[in-house]
Order: sequence, then C-alpha cells, then structure tokens
Amino acid sequence: MSQSFDYSVVDGVLAELGTGESAVISILQHIQEHYRYLPREIFPYLSKKLGVSQARIYSVATFYENFALEPKGKFVIKVCDGTACHVRKSVPILERLRKELGLTEKKRTTDDLGFTVETVSCLGACGLAPVLTVNDKVYPGMTPDKAAALIEELKGEL
Amino acid sequence: MHLKTREDLRAARVLYGKSLAAQEKKILVCAGTGCISSGSLDVYDRLRELMEERGIHCAVRLEEEPHEHEVGMKKSGCHGFCEMGPLVRIEPWGYLYTKVKVADCEEIVEKTILGGEHIERLAYHQNGKVFEKQDEIPFYQKQTRLVLEHCGHIDATSIEEYLGIGGYTALEKALFEMDGDAIIRTVTDSGLRGRGGGGFPAGKKWSQVKAQKTEEKYIVCNGDEGDPGAFMDRSIMEGDPHRLLEGMMIAGLACGAAEGYIYVRAEYPMAVERLRTAISQAEAWGLLGENVLGTGFSFKMHINRGAGAFVCGEGSALTASIEGKRGMPRVKPPRTVEHGLFDKPTVLNNVETFANVPRIIREGAEWFQSFGTAGSPGTKAFALTGNIENTGLIEVPMGTTLREIIFDIGGGIKDGKEFKAVQIGGPSGGCLIETNLDLPLDFDSLKKVGGMIGSGGLVVMDDSTCMVEVARFFMNFTQNESCGKCVPCREGTRRMLEIMERIVDGRGEEGDIETLLELSDMISNTALCGLGKTAAFPVLGTIRYFRDEYEAHIREKRCPAGQCQKLKRIWIEADECKGCSKCARNCPVNAITGKVKEPFTIDANKCIKCGACVEACPFHAVKEG
Repeated sequence: MSQSFDYSVVDGVLAELGTGESAVISILQHIQEHYRYLPREIFPYLSKKLGVSQARIYSVATFYENFALEPKGKFVIKVCDGTACHVRKSVPILERLRKELGLTEKKRTTDDLGFTVETVSCLGACGLAPVLTVNDKVYPGMTPDKAAALIEELKGEL
Repeated sequence: MHLKTREDLRAARVLYGKSLAAQEKKILVCAGTGCISSGSLDVYDRLRELMEERGIHCAVRLEEEPHEHEVGMKKSGCHGFCEMGPLVRIEPWGYLYTKVKVADCEEIVEKTILGGEHIERLAYHQNGKVFEKQDEIPFYQKQTRLVLEHCGHIDATSIEEYLGIGGYTALEKALFEMDGDAIIRTVTDSGLRGRGGGGFPAGKKWSQVKAQKTEEKYIVCNGDEGDPGAFMDRSIMEGDPHRLLEGMMIAGLACGAAEGYIYVRAEYPMAVERLRTAISQAEAWGLLGENVLGTGFSFKMHINRGAGAFVCGEGSALTASIEGKRGMPRVKPPRTVEHGLFDKPTVLNNVETFANVPRIIREGAEWFQSFGTAGSPGTKAFALTGNIENTGLIEVPMGTTLREIIFDIGGGIKDGKEFKAVQIGGPSGGCLIETNLDLPLDFDSLKKVGGMIGSGGLVVMDDSTCMVEVARFFMNFTQNESCGKCVPCREGTRRMLEIMERIVDGRGEEGDIETLLELSDMISNTALCGLGKTAAFPVLGTIRYFRDEYEAHIREKRCPAGQCQKLKRIWIEADECKGCSKCARNCPVNAITGKVKEPFTIDANKCIKCGACVEACPFHAVKEG
C-alpha cells in the first residue's frame, strides 16, 4: 500500500456503499467518478478492506469498458458510433476530432490531459444522430466542422 | 404523505386527480435525453421566468389545493418525436410546438397561454400542411400508445401526477383482490411475451419462479438496453418510472419475492436519476418498503448501474454483474428461474415487459388480447432511426407492417432517396428488404424470414448505404463485445471480422463468402450465449439479400454504394478544374501535381483517398465515386 496516496476518497466511498463483495462495481464507479480513472494504489487497499483478492477486483476493472486504468483528460469526448449514428456518418467526425487533437485509436488522451477522445456504442439519442458527448453533455446533429469548432471553444476552458 | 391503508391510497388518487383536472392549462416541456440535448431545459426555465414576470400562477409541482386559473408547468418524458425537439405540448388544446427556442417563449406565453391562440410557425409541417394538434400529426395518428401512454403527458418526476392519473391502481388490485395464482393467471391469459427479444411468455416464467420452494427470490429488470439504435426502455425509465416500479412489485407479489433489482446501462444517467427519485418517492409514500398499505407485503428496490459491457444484457451475465463479478454468461441449464441472482430463483424481464403489467392487471387479459395478433398480443415500442424522415420512438400494435411504420409513421426515406433495407433487432437481428415490407411485425412471422424483433431497434437504410460495410460494422461491434469465455464466439467472430475487413478494403478473395457462411454456421451452433449464437446474423442476412454487393467488392474491387473508402476512386474533372492548386496544397501525401491555371491530376498510387482535396476544391472539380 502506498504511503503517499490519500485514501480518504476511497474511505468515503466505502462508508457509503459498504464493503460487501457485490458492491465492487459500484465502489469502482464511485472512485472513478472522483479521479476520472482508477489509480493503481486503490487495488491493494480495496483488497484488504473487502477481503477479496486483488486479482478479483482487477478482473472486474479490466472487464468493463467504462473503467480506465490510465488518467483521462479534463474533457472526455465520446463519439457515438451506434448504428443510427454510423449510418448518418459519425466516423468522419471521429477522424476530424482525432486530427484536431493529434490523437489516434491507440492514443486517446492528449499529453496535457486536456482531452480524451473515445467511441461509444450507443447513447440512446438516436433521433438526433450523429451525436457526441462531452463529460456526459449530449451534443446533437454533429458534423466534422461543428466538432472542430467545439474543440476550439473547449480549449478556452482548459 | 405516508399512505397506510387502501383508503389512504384511494383518497390520494382522488385528491391529485382533482388537482390535475383543475389545472386550466398545462405546459409540458419534453425533458427526455433527446430534447434536453437540443436545449429544452432552457426553454422550460425561460417559460417559467416569463410567466412569473407576468404574474401568472404556475404550478411546478402538483398542488393539493390548486390555485384558480392555474397553469401547470411540467418536465415530461419523451414524446418520441426527437428529431423535432425541443417539443412543447400545451393543453387543453393539445398543441404541439416543435423545435422551440428560448427566443420563441415570449410569443408562446403572450399568444397561446394568455390569448389561447395557436402559433402556426412553431407547429409541425409536412408537405405544406400545418398540424395544429399533436394527435393530428401522421407520426402519432397511426400509433397505439399503451406502454408509452404517459410519456409526454405527465411530469415524469412527480408521484402525485402518477397517482392523479390512476397510478398504483393495479398494485392496489393485486394487493387486495388477487393472490399470486390469480395474478399469474391474468398475465398468462393475456399472452404477454418478453419484450427483450426472446418473446418468452412472461406468465410462464413467473409461474416457474413461484413454483420454486426457496425462501428468497428476486425480481430483476433488465434495463441494459445495449443494442445500438434502440432507446425504448430508456424512454420508459425516464418518462414513466413509477409504472416500471409498479410492474416489478406486482411480479414480486405474484412470485413471493421481496427484493427487486433494476440494472441500467451506464450510458443512461438520466434514467438512473429518475428511477432513484421515483424509488425514494414511493418509499416516502409507503408504496414501497415494509408492510405496504398494511398488507404485510414488503418490497425493496435496488438500482445497479452497468459499466459498459453489452454482454450483460444476457441473463446470466447480468446477474453476475449485479453480484459484482465480470459479466460473463454461464452454461444453461440451470436456468435463471431456478438459479438466478445470488443463485436464487429469479424473474428476469426487460423494462417494456414490466411496464405492460400494470394495465393488464387493471383491465384484464381480454383487454390486452384485443391488441396485436393472436400469437403476439399487445403493442411493441420501436426506436425508429437511420435515414428516415421522422426518427423517434413509436409504439404500434404487434402485426403492424414495416411499410406502415416506415412510410406512414416514419414519413419515408430522408432526402427523397430510395429505401434499401432495414436492420431490425440490432447486432443480433437481421435485415429486411423491399419484399418484406408488407410482413406483419410479430415474434413468429419474423422468425420465418430469418429476422427477429429483438428489443425493437429499427435502423432504416437508404440506397447510399453499403450493406457489406454495415455487416462489417455489426461484426466489429459483436467482436468487441464478445466476453471471451467461449472459443467459437471469441475466435470465430474475430476471423469473420478479419474477412469482412479485407472485403471492404478491397482485398477480398474468391471463397470468402463461403468461409463466412461456414463460420456463421459453426458459431451459431456452438456459442455459449445469445450474443455468440446471433453474432453472425447480420452477415448472413446481408449475404442472403445482397450477395451481389459482396461479389462486387470481392471480384471487381468496387463498392456499388460508393461508401467504402478504400475502394473509392477520386479524380479531377479536367473541364471543371481551374488550376488553382488548392487541392495539391491540401493533399497530405503530395499525390496531386500540375501547373497553375492548367488542370491538375491525382496519382492513384499515392492517393490515400482521404477526401481532403474534395473538400478543398472551390469549384467542385474533384469527384469521388
């Protein structure tokens, strides 16, 4: 366990959700909401508190798409590539965003931790396709140009 | 208010029914995910501000003693007409205003609220015709809204309004007038089949759980609506959350379960919020919790948020996920009704199925049978999306034809293009084409043509869509979502995806189609769960109907729809090129050369077909196809 890591956030989450084995997913979700990813220091700590192996907790963290083990950017942009968005041309939007931010399919977060660009299978806002979200706010009817303009706007808020 | 007896509940319903009726005018601003992202909450705030400025008494919450000349201001659930949002419905007239902006609010208050006048500019127009009222719009006229009846008509965050329109009457009836067997008999007789895709009779499932001699049992609601292009369940959870709770409680009462779990997709934060609100309201009112209305019946409700794994829509994976484990399916039998959540007998139904229950209990099995077809009674909600004029959420009787849905309700194909195909049932469904348009949509008739209703996503595709690319898209989706437990799905979908990728990249080989068919057969027969068993369906369906497109990609290295990037040809039309050199300056790989003021040319060997030159050319002389 790390001496320098402040476990007060994790303790707060455990106080709220308890230390039952079935709460693992909720606990990780709450921790990630705070840090925007799962810091590696939490695994041995949770293992001790919950009385389950680190491997078990780690297996959950790696199984589910939503958990990140690397820090994410301040603005997490999720481009919907569900069927409805896909047939209304969502891929050019994704490509433009990656181009504007110098990201690729592998490199998803900018070095200054400003932006993360990823895809999501469906946001359920199909009536407004193509859509993307920035930190869970939905932007409807996007185009590559609109997406580029949005990036410029968000850069001002960094 | 805490309701302790049946009489308390009845009195509350009468009280709030009167309050609702006393509201002379109602403004319902759609607060579904779609309209909110188009800015409906700003419209709501502005309307309220304007009303207050003018001293009009507006009730944000339903009041026990309504004010004279009161205007009710409500955030409603999804109206389904997402394309036209933000939507504002104004009663008593039933006007529907579309694409409302903050700047329109003043006119709405002045003309409509104060003057009762209709604003034509904001109404829905189709082919030059103005539709004043919501019910007159063709999109709504052909629908039968039973499950979605309250969505868009009441405040989704108010238990008072739900009670005011007769909410929790079914629970009352079930608690005081029926026993478990009677409830199950009604559900069985109604012929209600699971709306999640399988179409398994709900009454049968419930009776199997009831028959188990275990003390602990669970009711689980599958709200992990993972099919891309489907959002029926999201709209129910957001727009009428109490209805879902009521349905689940009735199931608990019938089967002898005291705890319920709702598993909601991570991508639906608002559904989680609305359900949480509804649960705490129902608890505070004594309709959920210990000893409901003094009957001795207790029920506890939990919400679990998914963490982004499509496979968790599968029953045993979903229960594993609730238990805090990796969401991986297991071998069946034993089935969920015997060994489900925490290894106990479990009723697992989806949102729409539970939402159908309250009205069935209230109005009886025969009433439900009067909708739909003999084998598939009732209605079905569909999410209508893709290249279609009116996208949105619809509900029609089972047995409605695709033609009615796409052309009458959906308004036909967008931008006057031709209909090509419709993908039904998401990545595990199949595609239907022109000749299937008059097929009645129900569980059984679709199976005959190799399709399935699935959860209800309908993605319409026009003639500019490449079916091979669509199949590759679905294959990519299922491959990504394969949990990796069983070999046929983990390895088989990967091999299929590789072949599909080669074909759309122009590296397809003779024999690829046969290999795909063979792999499809193998995976469908040997995979562990529904995800794997149906993974190949999109490929099979597109090969069946569009084999010529596959062959064009493989043999001629040509994409008939002109969509596949790698098979695209980009050239400069010499007659139209003015020689401005803008294309050459924008080309990232220096594939374009020429002399200024003379036509430029593209070196096909260097070109990466990125399309930068097409966008750059001010004279539209760079063509692609």
